[in-house]
Amino acid sequence: MSDRVMFDETGGVDGDPRAIYREVAAWFKQASPELIGNRKAEAEAFFRRIGITFAVYGDEQGAERIIPFDILPRILSGQEWAKLSEGLEQRVKAINAFIGDVYGARECVRAGIVPEDLILSNPAFRPEMTRIKPAAGLYSHIAGIDLVRTGEDEFFVLEDNARTPSGVSYMMENREAMLRLFPELFSRLRIKPVDHYPDELLATLRSVAPQSASREPVVIVLTPGPFNSAYYEHSFLADRMGVELVEGHDLFVRSNVVYMRTTEGPKRVDVIYRRIDDEFLDPLAFRPDSTLGVPGLMSAYKAGNVTISNAVGTGVADDKAVYSYMPEIVKFFTGKDAILKNVPTWRCREASSLSHVLANIGDLVVKEVNGSGGYGMLVGPHATKAQRETFAAKVRANPDNYIAQPTLALSTVPCYVDEGLAPRHVDLRPFVLSGADKVRIVPGGLTRVALKKGSLVVNSSQGGGTKDTWVIDDSAEPVRSTQSQAQTQSQA
Amino acid sequence: MLARTADNLFWLSRYVERAESLARILDVALRLATLPSAYAGTSNEWESAIDIAVCRDLFFESYDVANQANVTHFIIAGANNPYSIRACIETARHNARAVRTAMTTEMWEILNDAWNEMKRLKFESFTSKDLTKFLAFVKEVSLRFDGAAYRTMLRTDHFWFQRLGMLVERADNTARLLDVKYHVVLPKTEPVGGGLDYFQWSALLRAVSALNSYHLIYRGGIKPWLVADFLILKPQQPRSLISSYEALNTVLDHLAEQYGRQGASQRLVRQTFAGLQNLDIDTLFQTGLHEFLSRFISDNNQLGLAISEQYLQ
Repeated sequence: MSDRVMFDETGGVDGDPRAIYREVAAWFKQASPELIGNRKAEAEAFFRRIGITFAVYGDEQGAERIIPFDILPRILSGQEWAKLSEGLEQRVKAINAFIGDVYGARECVRAGIVPEDLILSNPAFRPEMTRIKPAAGLYSHIAGIDLVRTGEDEFFVLEDNARTPSGVSYMMENREAMLRLFPELFSRLRIKPVDHYPDELLATLRSVAPQSASREPVVIVLTPGPFNSAYYEHSFLADRMGVELVEGHDLFVRSNVVYMRTTEGPKRVDVIYRRIDDEFLDPLAFRPDSTLGVPGLMSAYKAGNVTISNAVGTGVADDKAVYSYMPEIVKFFTGKDAILKNVPTWRCREASSLSHVLANIGDLVVKEVNGSGGYGMLVGPHATKAQRETFAAKVRANPDNYIAQPTLALSTVPCYVDEGLAPRHVDLRPFVLSGADKVRIVPGGLTRVALKKGSLVVNSSQGGGTKDTWVIDDSAEPVRSTQSQAQTQSQA
Repeated sequence: MLARTADNLFWLSRYVERAESLARILDVALRLATLPSAYAGTSNEWESAIDIAVCRDLFFESYDVANQANVTHFIIAGANNPYSIRACIETARHNARAVRTAMTTEMWEILNDAWNEMKRLKFESFTSKDLTKFLAFVKEVSLRFDGAAYRTMLRTDHFWFQRLGMLVERADNTARLLDVKYHVVLPKTEPVGGGLDYFQWSALLRAVSALNSYHLIYRGGIKPWLVADFLILKPQQPRSLISSYEALNTVLDHLAEQYGRQGASQRLVRQTFAGLQNLDIDTLFQTGLHEFLSRFISDNNQLGLAISEQYLQ
């Protein structure tokens, strides 16, 4: 990596700031180290106070940890965002159409776009779904698309998360922290707000309620419970939407209708925003040992009496082998070329790609098709010879299970680390909401940072941190006073 | 609202209230233990502390003697004591985390801060200065939590369940405090009103922050039957049994109104409340204070169970 020129989004620690960062760079330049130290401490105290934590599986003592937060924001211009947002909408529409097709006519297979065995042998494929038609033909109501950048105009999709993408609470709490820490910057720059996300989410979920639902559909958030690593987010979203946060045993199914146990007796539930994996949803349909789910939920789903969001079986669209077909999938279902590019990907299931991957493993990132969270992957240039050989053996033994990509020169944004201000690699996860009425995207997303020097892995479980993501409103309106701006922000 | 959420709110409020009561019990014991025996009698304050905290059996599983070091450690942070102050705050915070959406940010932050603060404390090497500071801290957590709930929660079922938990626990604690102290202070042979029990009863009043208010209501010095009257039958005293039941009655009425339905808990609370209203202290002493308190504690438990059956399952 080090021999390649990396794109720093700010212009670099010592370089001239890029136009979009000018205000922020000036502020940080005039600020004394003490002031910056204070703001960092304030941010830390804020996150600890509100209790925004995540748990790392397999880590006994760190039952609840705080994700490191960096106070230097990551900024995108309004034009950059407009283009991204158009690309995101297109991609998620294609993903939804693709999932519907996989569980329906399978035209994309007949047209030779995606090999059939890739779908049928996919562990996330749910045969039950071929008999279920979700409301509005939508499957992935909430998608998180991971983007990386390598240059001024070079954005790539690194990964699609069509199952239960998490991190949106960080997007919102990071903003909350920044509003408290840097009010002066918010009054000078016109930063598009993100705090209406829960309203957008609720509107999206209500739009996909089953037909039998009442006029005010009852939406709930289903969580595995306080021990889940993303529990904070589950309760945060329920709270902000003003809906109940339920666990499996709060729900029961009678005559194919889902009810929750309330202080006033059973109450009918119309839309379940579940943060539980498919296998755990219903012990009668999937894993019989699951205590997290609701017996009979799948029958209620089949009967069309409840919407499960995201739908069951959306995992067929976010596996890394399917990812490699996304440019063709987008073209097939939208009739247009994909606006957002894919990272070139070698599928090890194809013999010619496999030999290329094995021969160049030292330059590539090799990933398990179903891996996530930064586990089960090899970053060739950072691995030892022994690690590469072990990984190569695994790939040889089960080539279908792997894909490989070039190691991109991911863009950097400076971070305050122990040594001072230093460039660190970042990615961006915007959240795309697909409702029966329209697609909604809140401007921004979660910027994740690989805090270890040189590291490309941004996952929180692997030492990643986050930054607030600012999308600047650069439409040519006259600058308003701070106060009226704040008002329009909260109404947006 | 979800039955589980209501259950959590009810219990976490009980735990916060209990943590405060335990802190008050220790406060009193500490104060009495410093008095020369000529003033405080020969009773073992530390035994009576574990009696009020209802943890006698558990305590003697771990210790042989009920002395200051053992009892304070056991009550604030005893490893095998599921109702230690530390355990109460931990459980309250755990329950709160499970129903964060049911309470206001202010309430959550108080419990979360308290929990974070407690993780920092080294209970093993507590000095008596640390102990007094800690007890003040616990009372403050409870006061702030109560205040935050009162000042920030919407007046809907969420708030009523929070109040129910606090009030049921408070009634229980006041009754136990009186019951245990009554025994310790007034053995049958002891003349009532001597110098000895003065400090005991005043300590008891202090335990419920009622020493000053007692003097405002009764002008004639501290008399055991008046202290009992004050803590059982005076509606002006916020920790008295009748006060707790007046409030419980109101809260359960609000719930019945919101849900449009009455049930066993409304009947029970009305019964006990009416019983207290029709009682005077002389009758009470004639029937026996201990008998009365035992029955009250059991009725109060019944009410807790009725609430649970009616709403929390």
